[in-house]
Amino acid sequence: MREAGPAATLAPGPRARPWRQGFFRRFRHPRPWQPGRWTPPALLRSAGLRFAGLYAALFGLSALALAFFLWWDTAALLDRQVDASIHADAEGLNERWQAGGLPALIVTIRDRLVENVDDDAIYLLVDTGGHRLAGNLDRWPAGVAADDDWYELPIVRDNIRSLARVHTFDLPGGFHLLVGRDVEARVRLRHVLTDALLWALLVIAGLGGVGALLVRSVLQNTLADISRTTAAIGAGDLSRRVPLSGRGDEFDHLAATINDMLERISRLMDGVREVSNAIAHDLRTPITRARARLEDALAHAAGEADLRAAIERAEADLDGIVAIFQAILRIAEIEAGARRSAFAALDLAPLLADLAEFYGAVAEERGIAFVSRTPVRLPVAGDRDMIQQAVANLLDNALKFSPPGGEIRLIGEAGGESVRIIVSDQGPGIPEAERRHVTERFYRGESARSTPGSGLGLALALAVAQLHDGTLTLADNAPGLRAILTLPARRAVDV
Amino acid sequence: MRILLVEDDKDVGSFVAKGLREAGHVVEHADNGRDGLFLAASENFDAIILDRMLPGGVDGLHLLETLRAQNNQTPVLFLSAMAQVDDRIRGLKAGGDDYLTKPFVFAELLARVEALTRRSKNEGPQTKLTVGDLEMDLLARGVRRAGQKIDLQPREFRLLEYLMRHAGQVVTRTMLLEGVWDYHFDPQTNVIDVHVSRLRQKVDKPFATALIQTIRNAGYMLRADEA
Repeated sequence: MREAGPAATLAPGPRARPWRQGFFRRFRHPRPWQPGRWTPPALLRSAGLRFAGLYAALFGLSALALAFFLWWDTAALLDRQVDASIHADAEGLNERWQAGGLPALIVTIRDRLVENVDDDAIYLLVDTGGHRLAGNLDRWPAGVAADDDWYELPIVRDNIRSLARVHTFDLPGGFHLLVGRDVEARVRLRHVLTDALLWALLVIAGLGGVGALLVRSVLQNTLADISRTTAAIGAGDLSRRVPLSGRGDEFDHLAATINDMLERISRLMDGVREVSNAIAHDLRTPITRARARLEDALAHAAGEADLRAAIERAEADLDGIVAIFQAILRIAEIEAGARRSAFAALDLAPLLADLAEFYGAVAEERGIAFVSRTPVRLPVAGDRDMIQQAVANLLDNALKFSPPGGEIRLIGEAGGESVRIIVSDQGPGIPEAERRHVTERFYRGESARSTPGSGLGLALALAVAQLHDGTLTLADNAPGLRAILTLPARRAVDV
Repeated sequence: MRILLVEDDKDVGSFVAKGLREAGHVVEHADNGRDGLFLAASENFDAIILDRMLPGGVDGLHLLETLRAQNNQTPVLFLSAMAQVDDRIRGLKAGGDDYLTKPFVFAELLARVEALTRRSKNEGPQTKLTVGDLEMDLLARGVRRAGQKIDLQPREFRLLEYLMRHAGQVVTRTMLLEGVWDYHFDPQTNVIDVHVSRLRQKVDKPFATALIQTIRNAGYMLRADEA
């Protein structure tokens, strides 16, 4: 980065760039798995497996939730039904008690037990001493004491244990009545649901596992293309692109994005290559010339005046070299597109008017007619400095090649989607065959080698046009050259 | 003028220091960022010429930011090989007053440094500029020389205003390009010369003495001729 001084002082010292080594080394050799860290086996490291596992877990949870709500709702419904029938039963018994007293109640209970086809009704009537008067329970269950209350308790009936829901009543005269229903059905229901859930979990695990392998292989197949392409590019083959499946899915989007990125990288790489070629080609000649002149002066200069003249020429040569160098770097800078972030709403009309005034004076002095015509407004979105420079380059060219008495026109036009800036002269023009080359990057025409300047004015204007998604076309002005810089017009909604 | 030069390249550094001394300035030269910052913060300078990339752990941007954070408003000119537009913007945003890219012509550097100090002295708003018998009324936008009214186009007026604000100093073509037209490219034709010569037609030609001088290999200078 130094401009002068012996080259030997450049190499060591704090200006060497340590990051460069580290940066590239990291990319070339993927970091090995660190020994201290646990690394899962290859299969478990698969993202597909993780997705499938997550999916299976979610599925299992939702099955569990479904079973739980099913159980909850069914159990509540059953409970309500049991309560309602116990209630109705108790009402009936109460009526009998009111009407016929104890004997009627006992008869009724016996009748009802006989009539109970489902064998789920439970009655027990005991006297003060706790002796059974009627009912199908052997004795009053322990822990049941309160009057008019609900209980849920295990019972033994005909030597079969089951669960019952009962309601107790105290009757006048110290009698106690118990009315209930066997709710063993609810327990059975719970068993059924639990069994079903367990089976379901088994199926979920099985399907999840198979699904995981499927997802894994699908992911692997799809990513394999991307992985292969990026690996090939990492190895230096920049022409490779990720194939698209044509399904337009997320993977296609990813592949398209990667391809866009690769396109841009390879464009930049081409740019770098062309810059180095251009520097090598365009700078070698003037440097050789300057060096030869200095060497010649050193060997043959007759006196101080000669030496001074040679040094002055060398200085001018160096300035020329720097001009070419800067133009090349500027074009590269523009083409890299980094300045696109500095785009702003811009009216070209005053910009062109200023340039017309700026260059018009030169034209007038050289006896060249300068005609400038621009509409009131020429809205575009872009970089003011760049567009200024592009148009200035076109005008510089026109002035450079215009004969006295000729005419230069600077015309601004707004036409629909685009804005056109036309610079025309009546100079020698550029032959059809050469015109195409002129707008190639870094092309310097033969005449550029004999006229002052970098000779890269048109190339720079082209780079500016392309950065703005515009074009630069060269046409025959009969006689002369007509350069047309087309930029997209800014619509009212933009910027 | 007391100028601090922070430049690590020996050849460039001593060349600049020599040139500045020949032009009558006092130069302190630091060849790394740390010494540069120390000097800049502990002594008084009229201007600082600062390289961007410096050894010693303190680069030019960092040096300037530290200086400005200490409320040190010494004018700073960046002299850097980092020539991209963004580099320039970053340098000016960090508090730089001017930015000159390497390689440079010494006359350009000298003119810009001298212009820098002038700018910092004339902070207050002026309504009138006077050089010899030339007077410019900035409010009425009128120009008179020896009492005679001179009609100028708006751009000619700004060109003359720039020259008058830098009266007695060399003003380079690039400085005019940037200061008067706000153009940041290098025209391949002698546009500036043409515009200056037009201005001369109006300001100098009808009068006995010329105020606008051409300085060979450098640019122009507006001054009242004492001779």
